Amino acid sequence: MAGTASGGSRRSRLAPYLLVAPGILWLLVFFVAPTITLAQTSVSGAGPWYEAYGRALGNYGVHFFRSLRYALGATLLALAMGYPLAYFIAFRAGRLKNLLLGLVVLPFFTTFLVRTFAWKTILNDGGPAVWLLQQLHILDPGGRLLDTTIAVVGGLTYNFLPFMILPIYVSLEKIDRRLVEAAEDLYSTPLEAFRKVVLPLSLPGVFAGSLLTFIPATGDFINAQLLGSPNQQMIGTVIQNQFLEVRDYPLAASLSFVLMAVITLGVLAYARVLGTEELA
Amino acid sequence: MRRLGRWLMDGVAWLVLLYLFLPIFVIILYSFNKPAGKFNFVWKSFSLEAWSNPFAYEALYESMKLSLRVAALSTLVATIFGTLIALALTRYKFRGSSAVNLLLVLPLTTPEVVLGSSLLSLFLDFNVRSGFNTIVIAHIMFSVSYVALTVRARIRGFDWTLEEAAMDLGAPPMRVFFKVTLPIIAPGIVAAAMLAFALSLDDFIITLFNAGNRVTYPLYVYGARRAAFPPQINVLATAILLLSLLALGATVLWQQRTLRQRGMSVTPLA
Repeated sequence: MAGTASGGSRRSRLAPYLLVAPGILWLLVFFVAPTITLAQTSVSGAGPWYEAYGRALGNYGVHFFRSLRYALGATLLALAMGYPLAYFIAFRAGRLKNLLLGLVVLPFFTTFLVRTFAWKTILNDGGPAVWLLQQLHILDPGGRLLDTTIAVVGGLTYNFLPFMILPIYVSLEKIDRRLVEAAEDLYSTPLEAFRKVVLPLSLPGVFAGSLLTFIPATGDFINAQLLGSPNQQMIGTVIQNQFLEVRDYPLAASLSFVLMAVITLGVLAYARVLGTEELA
Repeated sequence: MRRLGRWLMDGVAWLVLLYLFLPIFVIILYSFNKPAGKFNFVWKSFSLEAWSNPFAYEALYESMKLSLRVAALSTLVATIFGTLIALALTRYKFRGSSAVNLLLVLPLTTPEVVLGSSLLSLFLDFNVRSGFNTIVIAHIMFSVSYVALTVRARIRGFDWTLEEAAMDLGAPPMRVFFKVTLPIIAPGIVAAAMLAFALSLDDFIITLFNAGNRVTYPLYVYGARRAAFPPQINVLATAILLLSLLALGATVLWQQRTLRQRGMSVTPLA
């Protein structure tokens, strides 16, 4: 601590505040203040203040539930795929560890939209995926992948998978290998050592990864728009549409606010349990 | 039985890696396509046409230039702001530090559609016209948290007594900062800046709300689904990927070297 080095002088007491000032001011003006104007906008319509909220919940409840359902599905799929890969990189990759970590991040250096368009190419009618599934008689001759729930949830899973893998990897990496060895010396099966030692110690990573996947997936509308039909429309599309096309600002703002409120409550409850440090 | 379980785990891991790269292969492959119509979604025949003429579409070229300008500017500002916050959080105990922590985490746990729309509602309220400035403002806003948290995670374990030693030996504060502090925190800052740059270059949702009539590269790609989707989009995407690969490789090597020189363990990217 350099703060203790120069004692309790006035300058060093002020130092941390001067250091955080520019960034924190920026966040106050362009993150906190907008949240307040958003709340104001949401109650600024004609009629009683809750009018827009009534319409938001009444007309678009189905979109909220669909978004939460798709995001939950994508999070579970990402966990099922991400955990084995994170485990493999942390415990079994040896010298390949850094290379594999790089490979996990690398696809995300091509634009999110271009990647999603690539999925459209893969899942297209007459494309390779449909052809393969039809040959295997999993899909009916006239069956499609594009414009289905499977395509949308698959796209969401793909786009947020690294946010699941990296936190799990970090928490697995921290585990003391001797604990696992000790467990294997004492218990007989590796499965039990995994269940009683590795899994509990990796739970912070699982929680952080789940949040970092679930939150952006809930608000996303690109996957639903490019890979789904209007039947798969998510709440993000509605918000974007109301804000930028219809320009019903009170309704759009109340939709955003409900979405944020639902998610923030969950996150705050979680942060209370684990401490915000765990999220980083 | 034990071996079967291991094989199964490893198999799943390799399949997931393959899944991660499947669309990337498609993007690269289709950059060599000569599509039948305006939309590069169906394979027709191999061609080097798009690669030999990557800037054939003026608007695409302009959108890429805009994206690079936005990314450069927002990365510069966000890296400075974020690094200062990280230094404060790792080196001082102060009242309000947990509030600062919370304020850093909240933008990451807010869906982009909410960040973008609330910023738009602020700009509408104050009659600010959307354009280059509002895009940069938005990008700095979401990058500051990533930079601060990345730099903090990287410098948490460092030995700050080195600074005191330098001061005890009579080095003036500026000299201590440039000769001791900066070399210690530099790898973390570079990693954070690269992350901020990549996030800015890739951002679509927040930008859509605050771009006005300006068109960044992701916004161009989004619009291309209606008018024309030329293979040049894939060429530029592949080029970005190759450049990132080079940058990533170079930083990992550089970090390993500097860390090894100080006898520290090597954990890049995490």
